[in-house]
Amino acid sequence: MNGSQETANAITNDAAPALRVAPAPHVYDTRLTTRRMMLDVLLALAPVVGMSLYNFGWRAVLVMAVTTASCLVVEEAGALLQRRPSSLGDLSAAVTGLILGLSLPASCPWWVAMIAGVVAIGIGKLAFGGLGQNLFNPAMVGRAFAMISFSKFLGAPAYRIAEVGGIVSQATPLTLARDAAAEIPALWPMFLGTVNGSIGETSVLACLLGGLYLCARRTASWEIPSGVLGTLALLAGLTRLLVTDASIAAVPALRLSVLEHLTSGALVFGAFFIATDPVTNPISRKGMLVFGAGVGFFVWLLRSFSGYPEGVMFAVLLMNALAPLINRWTVPTPVGGPVPERR
Amino acid sequence: MAMNGPTATERFVNGILPENPVYRQLLGLCPTLAVTAAMKPALTMAGAVLFVLVCANVLVSLIRGLLKPHLRILVFTLTIATFVTIADRLLAAYLYSMSKALGPYVPLIIVNCIIISRCEICSSKQGVVTAIADAFGVAFGYALALLSIATVREILGRGTWLDIPVMPLTQGDYGWSVMILSPGAFLVMGLLLGLWNWVEKRRARGRLGASAPGA
Repeated sequence: MNGSQETANAITNDAAPALRVAPAPHVYDTRLTTRRMMLDVLLALAPVVGMSLYNFGWRAVLVMAVTTASCLVVEEAGALLQRRPSSLGDLSAAVTGLILGLSLPASCPWWVAMIAGVVAIGIGKLAFGGLGQNLFNPAMVGRAFAMISFSKFLGAPAYRIAEVGGIVSQATPLTLARDAAAEIPALWPMFLGTVNGSIGETSVLACLLGGLYLCARRTASWEIPSGVLGTLALLAGLTRLLVTDASIAAVPALRLSVLEHLTSGALVFGAFFIATDPVTNPISRKGMLVFGAGVGFFVWLLRSFSGYPEGVMFAVLLMNALAPLINRWTVPTPVGGPVPERR
Repeated sequence: MAMNGPTATERFVNGILPENPVYRQLLGLCPTLAVTAAMKPALTMAGAVLFVLVCANVLVSLIRGLLKPHLRILVFTLTIATFVTIADRLLAAYLYSMSKALGPYVPLIIVNCIIISRCEICSSKQGVVTAIADAFGVAFGYALALLSIATVREILGRGTWLDIPVMPLTQGDYGWSVMILSPGAFLVMGLLLGLWNWVEKRRARGRLGASAPGA
């Protein structure tokens, strides 16, 4: 038998009444700690990191090291300033730093990565009161800050490093999709990840491996990625049915097929690793489905019509802002039917 | 109206830091966020507010015996609107590009609650000298807030201060564009407000410790 049951038995044996009554929520497994969840995420990110090393080499290592280090330093500095025990041990800052690093281009200068890391933890998390209090996904706050500030180093042209050659010197699939004359890469390379993009987003296969592990471990809720991917697939399918040649000429990104939408850009990485941050999500299952569907909708909208080729970051931030509202809309019915209103 | 409020000196000092309109009272935040992308518009705005605040306080203080309670807000607004129109037209005549850059924010001083609150709190109840001291104190406090926010935003966003290059690291492509845009205004104001609260808390704790040696 596991340890938690033994401790539970020990408590009930000591106490006089056999039936212990306590209000929800009930801890059913004492091993389910923040640290274990974060370790799960780090483990799930292993194939993604591996793929990024294959694609981008030392540049990827540099960016990820800088973002992770700056996140850890700011987290520790915040703990010292607020005179509370160090929170590096729960690994949440390390996860934020790593996901932030994986969402940046390989050509990102070290100081941009550092500023993004400092803003991610400093403004995205500590300013709200630390882990569990933040309204927005910290990694995406840091990335959005850097993206708006240093568009020259994080915009679409920055992704092409001409002097390296190979994959890294090509335009990213979603940038190509915006150019009516350009051809979108084939599906198989996009699935395996041998295309250009942010450090961690290129390989759908690696992201799926890690993401399915997270869902199987219930560290990530399966409702969110399925909401994101399902909604985007639905919208992309409808677009393909309804779109005309004239509208493709006006908005070239509308020509992306369902599978091209699903395999390009940061979609799968975002759906499994970014949108599933439990702090910034709705609580109930229905709420998480609504949240995922909203992310999918905004990704489709931003990819098709915004000034940026990809929209995962802004989609997640927008839906983070709506999460409290979704919580209010989707209060689950308690066992035994709805509570009758008092007259 | 024989009310003995704070003296002129107290009014002046209180307006600058202890009752700072932005950092303590959180008044007039809309123009504070809008005009602080750089030092020059912030200075112009601070000057316009100083002019309007002093003139409105003097006039309201002079006619305070004639005010009818149910009509006082109307009188305040008309008084302020007069001086705001003068300030706005003067800016348009002599600083045309700055007037263009500030857009609606100079005319909007009419509804700026900093000024109407000073009419209500001080000049409609106290003499001209106190009202003038109060106006200068509050206007300096407002200027302090505007200029502190604008300093951070201009140096980080453009690498300049009063259009003079001071920070080579944040110029051109290296400037933090987000600081010039509206999110930067909210971030900088929030962080400076937090810093100010933190300083105040420490000072309050220091005073408490000094007055209670046993604790």
